[in-house]
Amino acid sequence: MTEPSGTRPSRGALVTAGVLLALPFVALLWVSSYARYEPRLWGFPFFYWYQFLWVLITSAATYAAYRLVRRR
Amino acid sequence: MSRPVDGVALAVVVAFFLLVTVLGFLAARWRRAEDLGSLDEWGLGGRGFGPVVTWFLLGGDLYTAYTFVAVPALMFTAGAAGFFAVPYTVIMYPLVFTFLPRLWSVSHRHGYVTPADFVRGRYGSRGLALAVALTGLLATMPYIALQLVGIQAVLEVMGVGGGDNAFLADLPLLVAFAALAAYTYSSGLRAPALIAFVKDTLIYVVVLVAVLYIPATLGGWGSIFNEADKALQAKGTGSLVPTAAGAWPYATLALGSAMALFLYPHSITAVLSTRGRDVVRRNAAVLPAYSFLLGLLALLGLVALAAGTKPVGLDGKPNPQLAVPQLFHDVFPSWFAGVAFAAIAIGALVPAAIMSIAAANLFTRNVWREFVRPDCSPAEQAKVAKLASLAVKVGALVFVLTLDKTLAINFQLLGGIWILQTFPAVVVGLFTRWFHRWALLAGWAVSMVYGTIKAYDVVNPATGKHFGGSAADIPFLGGRTGYIALTAFVLNLVVTVGLTVLLRALRVPDGPDETAAGDYLAEADDPRVAPLDALTGPDPLASGGPSRA
Repeated sequence: MTEPSGTRPSRGALVTAGVLLALPFVALLWVSSYARYEPRLWGFPFFYWYQFLWVLITSAATYAAYRLVRRR
Repeated sequence: MSRPVDGVALAVVVAFFLLVTVLGFLAARWRRAEDLGSLDEWGLGGRGFGPVVTWFLLGGDLYTAYTFVAVPALMFTAGAAGFFAVPYTVIMYPLVFTFLPRLWSVSHRHGYVTPADFVRGRYGSRGLALAVALTGLLATMPYIALQLVGIQAVLEVMGVGGGDNAFLADLPLLVAFAALAAYTYSSGLRAPALIAFVKDTLIYVVVLVAVLYIPATLGGWGSIFNEADKALQAKGTGSLVPTAAGAWPYATLALGSAMALFLYPHSITAVLSTRGRDVVRRNAAVLPAYSFLLGLLALLGLVALAAGTKPVGLDGKPNPQLAVPQLFHDVFPSWFAGVAFAAIAIGALVPAAIMSIAAANLFTRNVWREFVRPDCSPAEQAKVAKLASLAVKVGALVFVLTLDKTLAINFQLLGGIWILQTFPAVVVGLFTRWFHRWALLAGWAVSMVYGTIKAYDVVNPATGKHFGGSAADIPFLGGRTGYIALTAFVLNLVVTVGLTVLLRALRVPDGPDETAAGDYLAEADDPRVAPLDALTGPDPLASGGPSRA
């Protein structure tokens, strides 16, 4: 079941993965960009649902980065 | 004030507690451990955990009384400020994804079990390794203390403990702790890994019921946010959305906590006990499910505000840590409140066990074997580790009994101030060896002293006690407030870089580096990882290749 170690990921893949992993930092540490009440979603102020949304986006971005850098 | 003991809830909690205790002892036989008498078996579960167990283990590790008690308590007191825990646990994953696979590879290539092992091998400096090890031990204690406060909160809401007699007041706490100590002692890391399944199942049930049922009884989330907003304005201690002045503390607490978390010995233990670096990366993508949960739990602090929960302790004083347990007690029937309390209590015990095991590994390898008895046998190491895990718990008790407990989250944040100062040696060291070992040691020392003094200087106005908070003025930023850990970290970097330049100019020699560039990328199927199998003994689980999706 041992697979041979494949080729290393390309430079482009590494850069893309880096950008995907950096996005959550920009989005979540720039607090004043989302410290607002409106627009609300299902009664949640923007401040709260925006951050919940980033849980999902970060998960997707991290998974995408995983696929990109995985050796094939 | 005395309150009647809730017999039904207490019976449910005791039943669950007995169940996990039995599981804890049985865990010693789980997955065919041939010999728990070695540190690798007792402390790393044989290093053969796959993605599912790891997911539960890391989750059990990262989502604790911090999640259930401390964060909602902060939201109950200060509103939005407490929600920093969500961005904290979100930006943690890209960091984990970037750094930890390298640590996994180099550790498996060289048989490292702790971050201090790595630092010693990388920089050839016993002093620097000792500094990293002692910081890990110190920082773990208040984190375990936080778990104790969580258990105490549950017991208090059930009417157990408290009162005038100091010994009787803490008796339930001591009983719970004795059981934890006993099964951790006998089963090692296998105990919390197995119990984590029970714990997470309980937590998911309780959280789903809590976030679906309670809002419905209070008129929905829209009405909860409005009521919480009004209650916060009336209290004047916080707001529903951060103010302009609140943005800096919010961002620095999130970033500082995220950078600190995976430096704790227990986080690294969980990562090293996985089967491959691939497992580490894949988990980094799915663990955010826990962050969603954490966010919903944090909001329970606002729900308690909206519901008008009165968290009053057995001593008659308000105690925000009781907000969520009291809310559960008020809205759930007794038997389900018992289930919820069991979830909180076990959710505190599991990480406390993992943390004390990790701290014990650290002490044994990097203090005992390194400085006291270099030629001690594997059996002696396992024995010393077990005793050290007890000592660390006693240290945690000291924190609980002496520090300000108004906001328990400060325990965890205090640990973060200390542990973050090992970041330059450990994390930067994974990528470059440019920093000089003595510069790293000096940067660590300066920032540890600065961080501790700054934290000591934060006095809680209500109680007059020191270590009353974890945020302070950031020098040179014109009155902005930030998490002390991050300020100290910047000071650490400045000292380290400055002294590195100086020491390099003076041509002071580096220590030997036993690692090579390729070690940081080694996969589990890499033949160079083989030396570790000789260390762990003939464990069939350790020889499996990386599982691929």
